Amino acid sequence: MQAPQRDEKPLRVGLFVTCLVDLFRPSVGFAAIRLLEDAGCEVVVPRSQGCCGQPAYNSGDNAGARAVARTLLDGFADCDHVVIPSGSCAGMLHHHLADLFADDAELGHRARHLAARCHELVSFLVDVLGVTSVEARCEARATYHDSCSGLRELGVREQPRRLLASVDGLELAEMTEAEVCCGFGGTFCVKYPEISDAMVANKLANIVAADAGLVLAGDLGCLLNMAGKASREGHDIAFRHVAEVLAGTDGTPALGRG
Amino acid sequence: MQGSNSKAFPASARAALDDAVLQSALHNLKSGFPVRRAEVVADLPEFEALRDAGRDIKDHTLANLDAYLELYEERVTASGGQVHWARTAAEACDIVMRICNDAGARTVTKGKSMVAEEIGLNERLDASGIRRVETDLGEYIVQLRGETPSHIIVPAVHVTRQEIGATFREAHDGLDPDRSLDDPRAITDEARERLRADFFAAEVGITGANFLIAESGSSVIVTNEGNGDLTQTLARVHVVVASIEKLVPTAEDAMAILRLLARSATGQEASVYTTVSTGPRRPGDPDGPEAYHVVLVDNGRSALIGTGFQDMLRCIRCAACMNHCPVYGAVGGHAYGWVYPGPMGAVLTPSLIGIDHSSHLPNASTFCGRCEQVCPMRIPLTRMMRNYRAVAHERGLGSRRARLALTLWVLVASRPVLYRWAARAGAAALRVLAFGRGRLRRLPLAAGWTATRDLPTPEAGGTFMSRYRRGQQR
Repeated sequence: MQAPQRDEKPLRVGLFVTCLVDLFRPSVGFAAIRLLEDAGCEVVVPRSQGCCGQPAYNSGDNAGARAVARTLLDGFADCDHVVIPSGSCAGMLHHHLADLFADDAELGHRARHLAARCHELVSFLVDVLGVTSVEARCEARATYHDSCSGLRELGVREQPRRLLASVDGLELAEMTEAEVCCGFGGTFCVKYPEISDAMVANKLANIVAADAGLVLAGDLGCLLNMAGKASREGHDIAFRHVAEVLAGTDGTPALGRG
Repeated sequence: MQGSNSKAFPASARAALDDAVLQSALHNLKSGFPVRRAEVVADLPEFEALRDAGRDIKDHTLANLDAYLELYEERVTASGGQVHWARTAAEACDIVMRICNDAGARTVTKGKSMVAEEIGLNERLDASGIRRVETDLGEYIVQLRGETPSHIIVPAVHVTRQEIGATFREAHDGLDPDRSLDDPRAITDEARERLRADFFAAEVGITGANFLIAESGSSVIVTNEGNGDLTQTLARVHVVVASIEKLVPTAEDAMAILRLLARSATGQEASVYTTVSTGPRRPGDPDGPEAYHVVLVDNGRSALIGTGFQDMLRCIRCAACMNHCPVYGAVGGHAYGWVYPGPMGAVLTPSLIGIDHSSHLPNASTFCGRCEQVCPMRIPLTRMMRNYRAVAHERGLGSRRARLALTLWVLVASRPVLYRWAARAGAAALRVLAFGRGRLRRLPLAAGWTATRDLPTPEAGGTFMSRYRRGQQR
C-alpha cells in the first residue's frame, strides 16, 4: 500500500462495523481493519456499538432513532477517528446525528463530537490518510455502483476508483447511470417492494450491459439488493464490497454464494 | 382543491408499473431530460454560483413577501391592471369565474398553469358551460383525453405518439382519415390548425406565471410553443393566475432565475418564448388585451412561511427533481394522486392538502438525493420529506404492521448486548433456512423482498462481533 509515512504516533481509529456487515458480511469488517492497519492506523473495535439508528430516523421515528443512536455516543470517545465501511451509515452519523440530539445540550455536545470524527472507509483512506494505491490482486472485469449517501452526502466518487485502479488484474468498466439509486433505500425496499424491484431491475440491466463479472460498491444494503436480484434472474455475476477487493479477497465466496 | 387520490399511492404505483405503454413513455423521459440538462449545465461554468444567487433571491423575497406583494399590487394598478387576492382555491375560482362572466365569455383559452390545476379551475370552467380550450399542446392532449397532467412541464408525457393520433381522430370532426399523424410535426400541425380559430374566438385568455416582478407589476411566462403569447394578446381579457411565491423583486432577478429554469427543465439554454406582460393594452400598442387581471393565490402557502417547510416556496416548477427521480421514473406522475408529482410533489402535496391525505408521498423515496443534487433553487427536498415522515409518525399514520415492527426493532437495537445476541441468532437462523445454498428464495415476513429477489445469506462463521471477540481475523 502506498501511504505517506507518519512520524508521530499512529492514529487511533475506531471501526464502526455497521449492522449489515456484522450480520451478513464480517469479511468486510476484517478487510477494513487490514486496510487501516496497513495504512499505519491502530484499529480498535469498541464493544459498545450497535446501529446508527437510521431505520428509525428514516421512518420519522426520531425518539426511536435517538434511543438507538445514543448507544454509540460513548464507545468511541478515545478514538481520533471513527471509520465506517458504509456511505449510508457514515452519512447518517456525520450529517444527521447532531440534528437528532439538537435539543439536548449534553447529548448534543457528545453527538457533535462523534459526528465530526466519522468517515466512510474508502474516502478516509484516500482523503485523510493519503493512500494512493493498494497491493492487491483481482482478476476480473468489474463495475462500480455509486451508493447514494456516500456519493451525494459524502462526496465518495473518485476515491474508490482511484484505489481500484491500483489493483492488479482488475479492469474497471463504468456502467450507464452508475450514480442512480439501486432501489434498496433501507425500509423502502419492503414498504414499496414493487417500485424497489423496478429500480433494481433497471440497475441490473445496466450492470449486464457493462458486461462485468464483478460488481463493487461501498454499501452492503445496495449489494444485497443487487446480488439478490441478479441471482433470482439467473445471472452469473459476483457482488462484493469494495473493501474486500482493496484488501485482497481472502477466499470468502461472493455474496449469496455460500 | 381537486380531489386527492394520494392515499392510493401503492396500488396506483403497482398499476403504473404494469402499464407497458406508460413504461415506454417514461423510459424516453428518463433517458432524455437528464442527459440534456447535464450537457447545458456543463457548458455554463457559473451554474453553481447562479444556483446560490437564485436561492438568495427567493429567500430575500420570501423574507419580505408582504412588502413585495404590496409593491407588486401598486405597480399592477398603476399600469392599468387589477390584482385580486385569493386566500383559498375556491376564492380563486370564484374570482376567475366572475371575471369570465363579466366579460361575457363563451370561450376561454388557457395556457399551461399548474396552479389552475391545483385550484380546480378547469372543473369550475367546464361546469359553468364556458368552453375551455387548452392551448399548450400537452395540456390540449390531456384535455381531449379527459385526464390530468402527469408531469408539471410535459403534461402528456405519459401518452405515446400513437395514442395522440388516435385521440385526435376521435376528437377532431372532419379529420381526413388518410392524413398521417405519425410524427410530432404532423401532430403539432393538426393541433395548431384546430387551435387557431379558438385563439381568435376567445373572450378571455388565462395564463399562469413563471415570475411576477414587483418593481414593474409585470408577469412573465416561458413557453416553447408561443401559445402563451396568443392566449394573452388575442383575447379581450387576460387573467393571470399565480401563486404568491412567484414574486421576485426585479426584472434582473427574474432573468437570473430564467437562466436556471430552462437549463434545469428541458436542458435548453433558454425557452423559445419568454413573454413579459405589464397591464392591458396602452394607447398606441399594436395589440394586447383590453383588461388585465392577476389572481394571487395563497391556498396554504403563507402558512409555510417561518416553518421548516418554507424553503419549498423557492420552487420554480422546473421539474428537474422528477426528471431525475428514480421513483417518478418508475411510476410516473399520476400515481402520486394529486397535482404535483415527484420529489417536489412529495413535499408540496402534504404542505397544501395535509399529511393525513398524503403520507405515502414523502415516504416513497429512497432518499437517494438526486433531486437535491439537481434542484436549481437548492431546496432541501430530502430533509423536508424526512420532516413530513416525522409528522406522519407522530400522528400515527402508516401501516400498523410497519409501526409495530419498528417499535420492536427499536426495543432491541437500543440495547447493544441484546442486539448483538439477536444478530447472532438471526445470522444462524438465516443460514439454517438457506440449507447451505447461500441465498434464500423465500423468507417469512420479508415477502416484499423475496417475491422478486433472493436474499443472500450471512457469511459462514457467525457475526463480525462474535468472530472479532474470538480473535479471528478472517
